[in-house]
Amino acid sequence: MNFKHKFVFLFPGLFVLIGILIFPIIFTIRLSLSGWNSYTPEMNFIGITNYIRLFTDDPRFWESFFRLSFLSVTTVILQYVIGFALALMVWREIKFKRFFRVIFLIPMMTTPVIMTVIWRTFFHESLGPVNDLLGNIGVKPILWLSDPVIAKFTVIIVEVWQWTPFMFLLLLAGLLSLPKEPFLAAAIDGASPFRKFVYVTFPLMAPISIGAIIIRLIEASKIMDTVFVLTSGGPGTATETSSFYIYIKGLREFQMGYAATLSFTYLVIMIISLTIIAKVLTKLMIKE
Amino acid sequence: MKMKTIKTCVTALISALLVFSPVAYADKWSDQFPHIKTTGDIPGECSYESMSKKDYSGKTLKINTHAVPVMGEPTALHAEQFAKLTGAKVDVTHTPAGDLYAKAMVPFQAGQAPYDIVFGFSNFINDWRRYLEPVPKKYVEMKQMQDVTPSHIGVASWDGVMYQFPVDGDRHYLKYRKDVIDNPEYQKKYKADTGKELRVPQTWKEYGEMAAYFNDWDWDGDGEKEYGSAEVMKKDDLMYAAFYSRSAAYSKNPKTPGGFFFDLDTMTPLINNPGFVEALTDWVAATKYVPPGGINFGLGDEIGSFGGGQTLFSFSWDDAFVAAMQPDSPINNKVGAAQLPGAMKVWNRKSNSWDEGFNQAPFFVWGWAVGVAKKSKEKEMAFDYLCFFANEANHQADIGIGRFGVNPFRNDDFKAEVWTQIGWDKDIAESYVDTLAKMEESKNRVFPLRVPGTFEFNAALATAAAKALAGQLSPQAALDEAAKQWNDILNRVGKDNVRKAYSVGVAMEDNKL
Repeated sequence: MNFKHKFVFLFPGLFVLIGILIFPIIFTIRLSLSGWNSYTPEMNFIGITNYIRLFTDDPRFWESFFRLSFLSVTTVILQYVIGFALALMVWREIKFKRFFRVIFLIPMMTTPVIMTVIWRTFFHESLGPVNDLLGNIGVKPILWLSDPVIAKFTVIIVEVWQWTPFMFLLLLAGLLSLPKEPFLAAAIDGASPFRKFVYVTFPLMAPISIGAIIIRLIEASKIMDTVFVLTSGGPGTATETSSFYIYIKGLREFQMGYAATLSFTYLVIMIISLTIIAKVLTKLMIKE
Repeated sequence: MKMKTIKTCVTALISALLVFSPVAYADKWSDQFPHIKTTGDIPGECSYESMSKKDYSGKTLKINTHAVPVMGEPTALHAEQFAKLTGAKVDVTHTPAGDLYAKAMVPFQAGQAPYDIVFGFSNFINDWRRYLEPVPKKYVEMKQMQDVTPSHIGVASWDGVMYQFPVDGDRHYLKYRKDVIDNPEYQKKYKADTGKELRVPQTWKEYGEMAAYFNDWDWDGDGEKEYGSAEVMKKDDLMYAAFYSRSAAYSKNPKTPGGFFFDLDTMTPLINNPGFVEALTDWVAATKYVPPGGINFGLGDEIGSFGGGQTLFSFSWDDAFVAAMQPDSPINNKVGAAQLPGAMKVWNRKSNSWDEGFNQAPFFVWGWAVGVAKKSKEKEMAFDYLCFFANEANHQADIGIGRFGVNPFRNDDFKAEVWTQIGWDKDIAESYVDTLAKMEESKNRVFPLRVPGTFEFNAALATAAAKALAGQLSPQAALDEAAKQWNDILNRVGKDNVRKAYSVGVAMEDNKL
């Protein structure tokens, strides 16, 4: 077979790859070296000025990055624990198993922005039903959205509610695909349910767990819609995340060049940190 | 005898028609377009009658406007009317406020014109003007334009050239619950408890004291708690404008012309001087007398909160007041308007000390603005649409609907009859038009910042103020942070570029334009 002909068949895929992945990244890098903004609407070249600004004079970006790290790690851990518990529950032979499986998936099927608007209404400090209900049992109104600390946990609650079903789905699929023999052997040995989970279920689920956690970490690190609708990054900057900050710089303040710098730096940081996290999780959860 | 009776009846009928004609004008246009049922069509170059003579059949007008209802609803309504009258096809796109700037700016910078007409805020003018078609002379000289107040002609123009077609006039002023402030029992109780007079607050300190007193208890007997004040405190939701309103009395010193935001000579940011810090300190204290969650109130929340009867005071645009005065409002005819409170001292940046004595400064905050894209192929139709939008009949109908966001900007709007005919009590209508007129007459006005990078300056200020409100930074530290960022922005944009643009606003503030 002619080698050149074989190569030609790769071109369509290659063009698509260049068009949707390579070109945007190269364009972003070029944009990040320009001062494009509302008053200089051109792709001029200003060298690494934007990068110097980012690393020496923009604590707000780094604060938003560390806040994002806290929010995404916390939400994903909670989603994993709750999702695993729910998956274990409906993995067993229980009544209305199919009904529960569907119910647990509903939050994931709703539109995040719409649901966040509804959550915002729930948590509205003076008009929302949550404080009303708490008031009925004598609890003072909680500042769900206006206290810098509590607002972070409100974001976490909404994120966990929305995305735990995704974790549940992946883990349930993993549980259903596990081989039966190790469980039979454990039963013959008289292992308790707890020991069965620790020594059989959890180790067997480790590869799927790592995959699920990494997928959710990637998604959680892009958290934007929940913050945008629920708190707009406030109060102050208490719930501002990296993606929301980049949005503000790019599309609110129209600092396109600087927003590209932030985006590219953020991309590099995420690739490095997620690679490290995946390695660490593999080391911790999968024993040779 | 019979003839006499007929004559009497005919005379009575004619008299009745004449008497009632100002209340409900029935003409062929108000029959077709009930929106103008109160006035009927009012003759003019862009009236319903005039527009019906134009033929734009087969042509399409594309408009980008704000989301419904504020400004989005009247845009769509007048688009539908314009289409019926002229045969044009009008496509209206609705965009959230935060994206209006970018949605126009991206195609502007790319040399495209996906929209013939773009709505935005008047402080976009400096960034947008190079992409907008100046309003043609024939529209500038029209009768309906001659009635626009000089302040709003100034807001719509740059260096004497009008780029934005006036459709809205905005300023911040104080709104208060008249049924509380004018209530003799509450006046007595307030005096007994605090030793002070309960009156329309003259200073921000009085405002704070009264708001704190009337906070967190049911003072209107509706079974629900009421609160002191509703304010726009949410970052990225126009809160910078609320802060400028609170700052004007402490920082706009008539003895020190030459800049409110910057010192025009040196271009040093003034936003961290003691005047602004005092205002931010007051504002941080205000977080204690807003409704629960008030620190996250955007403009819509503020309108809903005050307009729904939840608070004693509020200050911002007209919308909350007009909403409160609509017939279906629980506080219809129970509200009053007054100029923004003043202060008993004002910072003097020349002597670096406080000047003691009463000072007040109205803030002509930006309003809705609209322009025609220079690259549009339908400029004539676009200007005709805008002229029709703002014609006298539409304007009078629009300003009476709170959710429309169309507020007074014509001399005729400052007549109490305009408001009494839509159901306002006479004394409220008079206090309202008197407030607006006094602001127009003031010689110590503050105009919005309209320089290259306006968005960046305002966003930096809003972020810093929001940090202070959330307790993340002290007022001084927050404003020092904002001033540092303003200096960084100045260096990026170029001090001379900003100075050149800022000098136009300063000339308006110093009454030289």
